[in-house]
Amino acid sequence: MLEFKDIVYTYHTKTGETTAVKDLNFTVDDGQFVSVIGPSGCGKTTILSLAAGILSPSSGEVIRGKGEFGYMLQRDALFSWRTVEQNIFLPLEVKKRNTPEKRERALELAEKYGLKDFLKKTPSQLSGGMRQRVALIRTLAAEPEILLLDEPFSALDYQTRLEVCDDVQGIIKSEKKTALLVTHDISEAIALSDKVVVLSARPAKVVAEHIIDFGGNNPKQRRECGEFAATFEVLRKELGI
Amino acid sequence: MKHKNEGYSREHLAYLKKEKKKKITVTLSRWLVLVVILGIWELFAQLKVINPFITSSPSRVLKTIGDLYANGTLFYHIGITLAETMAGFLLAVILGYAIAVVLWASETVRKVAEPYIVVLNALPKIALGPLIIIWVGTGYDAIIFMTVLVSIIVCIMNMLSGFIAVDKTKLLLMKSMGASRMTTLRKLIIPASLPALMNTLKVAVGLAWIGSIMGEYIVSKAGLGYLIVYGGQVFKLDLVMCATFILCVLAGGMYGIIALIEKRINKN
Repeated sequence: MLEFKDIVYTYHTKTGETTAVKDLNFTVDDGQFVSVIGPSGCGKTTILSLAAGILSPSSGEVIRGKGEFGYMLQRDALFSWRTVEQNIFLPLEVKKRNTPEKRERALELAEKYGLKDFLKKTPSQLSGGMRQRVALIRTLAAEPEILLLDEPFSALDYQTRLEVCDDVQGIIKSEKKTALLVTHDISEAIALSDKVVVLSARPAKVVAEHIIDFGGNNPKQRRECGEFAATFEVLRKELGI
Repeated sequence: MKHKNEGYSREHLAYLKKEKKKKITVTLSRWLVLVVILGIWELFAQLKVINPFITSSPSRVLKTIGDLYANGTLFYHIGITLAETMAGFLLAVILGYAIAVVLWASETVRKVAEPYIVVLNALPKIALGPLIIIWVGTGYDAIIFMTVLVSIIVCIMNMLSGFIAVDKTKLLLMKSMGASRMTTLRKLIIPASLPALMNTLKVAVGLAWIGSIMGEYIVSKAGLGYLIVYGGQVFKLDLVMCATFILCVLAGGMYGIIALIEKRINKN
C-alpha cells in the first residue's frame, strides 16, 4: 500500500522556489495498478521520487506499506557493457543479494517472459520493445512489492509502444505487483489501470479519480470497449485539453 | 565479418572489390610518400644540393644507428628514455585517474580545485625546470617528475569529463536501487567511462614523450633527448636526426599498442 497524505513539495533553485505539489492526496492499494496523468511539467516525476523516498516532502506524509520499490524509467538504461543476463542481475549486486537462489529466481522470470534466448546477448542486439522488457525483468529481479513507472513507454515508437505497454501490464498483473504509473498519455492510462488519478497543472493536486473496471483486465479488450472513448473524453476535459 | 564469395550478389562483390582497392591504394600511397621524401633527401645530399653536414641524410642516419649499436649504447639510450616515458606515463594515468575519482565524488572539492587545475593546465611546465632540478635533483626521478607534470592534468580533466558525461538516466537507476557512491563508481562510472580512459591513454602517451624529452633537455646524462641536445651542441646532426628518427618509431609504436588495446576492448 502507498498513501500520499496532504503532500506539499517545494523545490529550490538559485532563481527561486517552485511548489511542484500541493495538498496531494491519493492511495494505491495492494495489487492495484494506478496511473497518474496530468499536464506536462506538473510534477509527475516528483511524485514518483516522493513515493520512493528519493525526495522527502516539504510537509505531509507518504505512508508506505511493507516491501521495496522498483523503478522503471523513461529509457531502459540498460548497461551496454553487460549482457542481458548481467543487466538483470544488477539490482541483486547493488543490493548485495547476489545469491544463487536469487539469481535462479531472476532467471526463471526472464525465461517465463520470453528472454531465454536473449540472456547472453548484449542490449544493442535487442529491439526497443525487447529492451524495455529486459528493463522490467531487471526491476522485478529485486523482488519489489511496488513498481514505480516513469513514462516507461514514451521513448518507443507507436507500434512498439502498444505492444510493450500491454506486455508490461500483463507481466505486472500476473506477478501480482502493485504499480504506480505516471504518464501524459490518456489512452495508455485508461488501457492499463485499475484507477486513474488526474492532476492539475503546477502546483499539482488531484482533480479527479476514476476507477476503471470495464473490459476486464486486458488492455486490448479495453481499447475495443465502448466506454473507452467516453472515459477518454471525460479525462480529456478534466485535463483541460 | 566473413567474406564468403558465394552468398553475395555480383553488385556486392564489385562493391567489396572497390573497397579493397581503395584500402590498398591508401596503404601503398602512405609508403610511397615516405619513400619519395627519403629518396629526395638522400639524392639531394648525395648530389650536394643540400649540405649533408647540416641536413644529414637517410644513409648517414642508418650508419649512425649502426655505430651506436656497434659501441653498445643504442639500446642503453633507448632503454633509458623508454623507461622514463613509461614510468611517467603510468604514474600520470594512475594518479590522474585517482584524482579524477575524488573530484567526481565530491562536487565541493571539484569546485575548489577547478581554478588550480585550469591554471596548472595553462602553465608551460618547462617553466618549472629549474625548480625541479633543485627540488628533485638531476637524476632520472627529475625526468619522470617532469613527465608526470606534463601529462597528469590532461588525464585528470579528460577522465573527470568522462565520469561526468555518464548518462543521467543510468545514475538515476542506480540511485533508485539505493546504490552507494562506491557501488555507483564500480558498477557504472568506471565501466561506462572506458572509452574516455582509452582516449586519455592516447593523449597521455603523446604528452609523456614530450615530458621525458623535455626533462632530458634540462637534466640528463643519457637517453634519446640527451643525444639530441648533445648532438646539437657538438654539431653532430647525424646524431640528432638519428635520435629523432628512433623517437618517431617509438612514439608511433606506443600509440599503436594503445590503439590495438582499444580495438580489442571495443570488440568485446
